[in-house]
Amino acid sequence: MDDLIQLLPKLGQATVETLYIVALSLLFGGLGGLLVGLGLYTTRPGNLYSSRVVYGILNVIVNVFRPIPFIIFLAAAQPLARLVVGTGIGNTAIIFTLSLAATFGISRIVEQNLLTVQPGVIEAARSVGASRSRIILTLVIPEALGPLVLGYTFVFVAIVDMSAVAGYVGGGGLGTFAIQYGYRQFNPAVTWAAVLVIILIVQAVQFLGNWLARKTLRR
Amino acid sequence: MALVSLRDVTKTFPPSQRGGTPVTAIDRVSLDIEAGDVYGIIGYSGAGKSTLVRLINALESVSSGSILVDGVEINGLRESELRRLRLGIGMIFQQFNLFNSKTVWNNVAYPLRVARTPKHEIGPRVDELLSFVGLSDKAKNYPEQLSGGQKQRVGIARALATSPRILLADESTSALDPETTQEVLALLKRVNEEFGVTIIVITHEMDVIQTLATKVAVMDAGRVVEHGDVFDVFSRPRELSSQRFVSTVVRGVPSPSELAVLRERHHGRIVTLSFRDGNTSQGDVFLRLAQAGIEFELVYGGINDIRGQVFGHLTLALRGDPPAIDAALSDLTTTVEITDLGVTSSGSGA
Repeated sequence: MDDLIQLLPKLGQATVETLYIVALSLLFGGLGGLLVGLGLYTTRPGNLYSSRVVYGILNVIVNVFRPIPFIIFLAAAQPLARLVVGTGIGNTAIIFTLSLAATFGISRIVEQNLLTVQPGVIEAARSVGASRSRIILTLVIPEALGPLVLGYTFVFVAIVDMSAVAGYVGGGGLGTFAIQYGYRQFNPAVTWAAVLVIILIVQAVQFLGNWLARKTLRR
Repeated sequence: MALVSLRDVTKTFPPSQRGGTPVTAIDRVSLDIEAGDVYGIIGYSGAGKSTLVRLINALESVSSGSILVDGVEINGLRESELRRLRLGIGMIFQQFNLFNSKTVWNNVAYPLRVARTPKHEIGPRVDELLSFVGLSDKAKNYPEQLSGGQKQRVGIARALATSPRILLADESTSALDPETTQEVLALLKRVNEEFGVTIIVITHEMDVIQTLATKVAVMDAGRVVEHGDVFDVFSRPRELSSQRFVSTVVRGVPSPSELAVLRERHHGRIVTLSFRDGNTSQGDVFLRLAQAGIEFELVYGGINDIRGQVFGHLTLALRGDPPAIDAALSDLTTTVEITDLGVTSSGSGA
C-alpha cells in the first residue's frame, strides 16, 4: 500500500499520458475514419458517388487492415511510423500507429451509421436541387449525428484498450504503469489502481457520449 | 405547348445480378401534361409510376427518348443544370422524407438555402409557407413531434418553397388516414388553384383522382395503356388493364363469383345498367321501370361523382311479366347501357 502511495505521482503522470495518447489518436483516427467511412458510404453502389471500383478498393483495404491484432500491427507498422513521424518508439509512434489502426475501425462504424439515413431523405434533398457535397455535409452527417456520437464513444473505449500496449514500443500511459510497477513488481494493488483509473475514464466518457447523443437525438 | 412532354421515353435498369436481364421499368411512354393540369397516374404497384415521375425531375435518367420540361430537353443536361431544373419542380413523398435533424422551419428553409436565396428573403418566405399550410405554431418543432398529416403539410411547404411550377406527388396520401387524406388533398387543390401549380400525382386511391385530378393516365407494366379526362377513363375504360384497375375502385358489372352470390339471395332477372355519359337521370330509368309494372330491387353497384359528372353501374333484380321486362329493357337501351346477366334458375323456388 505504501508503494502505491509513493507511486501516486507516477500514476497521475500515466493517466495524463494515456489521455494524451487517446485524445490525439481519437482526433486523427476519428478524422481519418470519418473520411474513409464517408468514402465507403458515398461510393457504395447506388449511392451519391456510386463507384464499384473505388468502393471495392476501399473495402478491401479496410478488410485487410482492420482485423490485425493491434499489438502485431504496432510491430509491423514500425517502419512506416519511422518514415512518417520520424520515430518508431515512444508516445509519438504509438499515436501514429493507433490513429492508423483506428482509422480502419472507425471507417466501418461511420459507414454503418451513415447507412441508417433513409434513402428517401437524400432523395428529397436531391429533388430540391441540392448538390451531392451539400447533401453529405448538411444532411447525411447531421441526420446520423446521434448514432455517430455513440459510435465514437465506443471507439474511445477501444482506443483506451489499444493504448495499453504502448509500453511495447517504449510509450507510456496506464498500461505501461500497470505492467511495470504492478505486474513486474508483484504488486497487484498497483495494477488494480491503474484498472480503477481506466474504469473511471471510460465511465466518464461513456456518460458524456450518452448525454451528447441524447441531446442530438432529442430523446 | 405542353409544360411537360414525354416522347418515347424508355427507362431500363441494369440487371440486379451479373448475367441477368435488364429490367424495363418504363416502356416507350409518350405523354403531354399541360400547365395547370392535375394529372393522375394510376396503376398497380410495380407498373412504373414512381419511376416515371422521377424521370421528370431527373432523379432517374432516361435510357432513351425525350423529356421536355417547359420546352427544355432534360435528357443529357449536366448535373449542375439538372439541379437548376429541380429547383423548379417540387416533390412530395409517401413517407414524407422530412429532415429529422432539422426543425420544421429549417426543413422549409432548406430548398431556399440551396437556391441561394438572400437571407432576408428566406425568413418571410418560410413564415408565409408555414402559414399557408397552417403550421405556423409548429415552426420550432421537429418532424418526429408531428402527426402524419402535419408532416405531409411540411413536405408540401418544403416542396413549394422555391415557387416551382410543377409539383410531383408520389403516393402523397397513401400513408394517411381517410380524414387526413382529405385535408391534404384540399391543400393540394388550393396549391393548384391559387398558385397555378401543375400537379402530377401518383396514386392507387380513387379518392385522390376523384377530388383532385383532371386528367389521368393508366400504367401497366411500364406502359401508359390509356390516358385522357378522368371521367372518360373511369366511365369507359377501353383497355383491359384499365378496366381491371377501374373495377377495383368502381363497382361495375358483377363478376361471375359475385353473380353467383347475388343469385343465391335474389331471384328474377338480373341486369346491370351502366350510366356512362354523365347526365342520364337514374330517377327517369326507375320511373320507366315502375310504369311498366316491373318490380325491381337494387342488388349491387354504385354511383360515382367526378367533378359534377355522374357515372356508375347499378345491378338490379327485376321481377314481373317476362315480355314486359323485355319491352322495358329494350326501351331503356336508348338511355343506358344494359348488361343482361340472365334469370335465376327456377329451381331456386323449389
